[in-house]
Amino acid sequence: MTWFDTFRTGWEAIRSHRLRSALTMLGILIGIAAVVLTVGLGLGSQQQVGASISSLGSNLLIVSPGSSTDSGGVRGGFGSASTLTVADAQALTSDTAAPDIAAVAPVKSTSTALAAGDTTWTTSVVGTTADWLDVRTRTLAGGRFLTTADDADQAAVTVLGSETATELFGTTDAVGRTVSIGDLSFEVVGVLTAAGSDSTTNLDDQALVPMSTAANRIIGGSTRTAVSTIYLRATSEDTLSAAYQEAQALLLTRHGISDAESADFSIASQESLLATATSVSRTLTVLLTGIAALSLLVGGIGVMNIMLVSVTERTREIGLRKALGAPPAAIRRQFLVEATVLGLAGGLLGALLGIVAARVLPTLLDTTIVVSPAAVAGSIAVAVAIGIVFGVYPATRAARLAPIDALRSE
Amino acid sequence: MSATTIEPGEHAAPVIELVEVRKTYRTGSIEFEALRGVSLRIDQGEYVAVMGPSGSGKSTLMNILGCLDTRTAGSYRLAGEDVGEMDEVDLAEIRNQRIGFVFQQFNLLPSLPAWRNVELPLSYAGVPRGERRARAIAALERVGLGEKVGNRPGELSGGQQQRVAVARALVSEPALVLADEPTGNLDSTATADVLQLFDELHAQGRTVVLITHEQEVAERAARIIRVRDGLLAEVGVRS
Repeated sequence: MTWFDTFRTGWEAIRSHRLRSALTMLGILIGIAAVVLTVGLGLGSQQQVGASISSLGSNLLIVSPGSSTDSGGVRGGFGSASTLTVADAQALTSDTAAPDIAAVAPVKSTSTALAAGDTTWTTSVVGTTADWLDVRTRTLAGGRFLTTADDADQAAVTVLGSETATELFGTTDAVGRTVSIGDLSFEVVGVLTAAGSDSTTNLDDQALVPMSTAANRIIGGSTRTAVSTIYLRATSEDTLSAAYQEAQALLLTRHGISDAESADFSIASQESLLATATSVSRTLTVLLTGIAALSLLVGGIGVMNIMLVSVTERTREIGLRKALGAPPAAIRRQFLVEATVLGLAGGLLGALLGIVAARVLPTLLDTTIVVSPAAVAGSIAVAVAIGIVFGVYPATRAARLAPIDALRSE
Repeated sequence: MSATTIEPGEHAAPVIELVEVRKTYRTGSIEFEALRGVSLRIDQGEYVAVMGPSGSGKSTLMNILGCLDTRTAGSYRLAGEDVGEMDEVDLAEIRNQRIGFVFQQFNLLPSLPAWRNVELPLSYAGVPRGERRARAIAALERVGLGEKVGNRPGELSGGQQQRVAVARALVSEPALVLADEPTGNLDSTATADVLQLFDELHAQGRTVVLITHEQEVAERAARIIRVRDGLLAEVGVRS
């Protein structure tokens, strides 16, 4: 029997058992679509995390108070927020003790209500210094940024995030307008350009004020010199690790701690955050892919099941074909072709469904799904392999039947 | 009990030569001897009817003659070839080239039109497609179904279906046409049609072995072999 005849016979068998063939393909189809989607979701979340961490700013080091850093550079839990001070930040700007640190921006923030006329808006009020803009690699949409003079004067000036400005002043220009924070009136001197959001905060909804103003006139309290975070920018990517060493040595000395293990602050780099977050989302991807692979396996067992039933149901046909002179190899090939065609058709349709879902779902669920060509090709290959592997056993069994036993069966 | 040997005239080449063939079925510890030493010779061009009641072993004999089942002991030569030592692949080829089957249940594939059913043996023989179609249609014309080549079995009467099966048995020009109760599922008109076909085949010089339990069907044959308790019991040769 030629391959053409074998294919025709297999195709006719699939067509004459439409429901059974459709159910078989459905099992494979769902498995493949699940693989394409879950791998896509995993890759999408990796990209999202990567993008949001990049948005922190380049060559950035983040000093947080009150916890230690483990060997992998992962920050531990945040402790009391009072171990880092404005003076620490000031010391880090030294060109001699920390030559590889280009800029330093201490940050102290609180959540409070802003009012402009009748409109109020609760947001994060962030006290910082003039270097913040540079350290966080942000730009202004209009006006000017905070200056050193503002800090010295405890000036009542603020720079608003683009969303905050829109919430308070609508589409009109916010620069030069006045907002109330608590009892004080602040002049809006600048508005930041939009930057989106990182993994935890909305970068466009905040009000920046001079550090001294925040400490003394808005937040107050007994730990006025304490800051919640110090952002450092290294002079270049190559000096990031030198900057890390300098910051650590300087702060240890200032805090009178000899052993780095017991430091009362921690330093994280953008790279270490990225590595941690990537490894987390990679674990997630592996987990999701495992689940998807399991569903593919279940689909494969379904194919085997249906092929077994199909062989049993068609025992008489097999017996007749053998009586008419079909050698075992021809019977085996016929069932193999059937299983392979079912696997391939299910695989292609499943990949198609996965790709369509990857286009549609992000618009509904606010997620990113990246369709990986490798996952699509791989899962189709797996589907065909499932068809072949799970088709071999029933096909071999069918081919081995004695013609008379096969003919006699009902 | 001694085995029965049948020795017809030595005028033609033997198509079938069975010597002391035995068949034992084993189910668990129970053994059943369906054939207990059968020797049989059927020559080229003979029309033979095998008769016997249920359980006599005639179906077992038919299955062994058709290479659908294996012997427990004894030898079998079909058209001069010893099928005793053949493997599955060679046996498939023997069934394909040397034997044409007609079954009681017709055994047509319901999804295929008549001519595709008839060409099946040729497709396993590796005959090119164009030739297959031509030969299948010629065989169908020979059994009087030239108008029905495109009909599926479900669209044909029982007698017509059995004639399709006869066409399928003829299409590969086999040495032996083996029919197992071919009229068992047919009414008297269709029975007459099909038996007429076998008469014609015999007249054309084909070897026909027909298994039946109906005396009037058997009487169409030139020679009647009776099977009883796994032995060939009686021979009737019509002059």
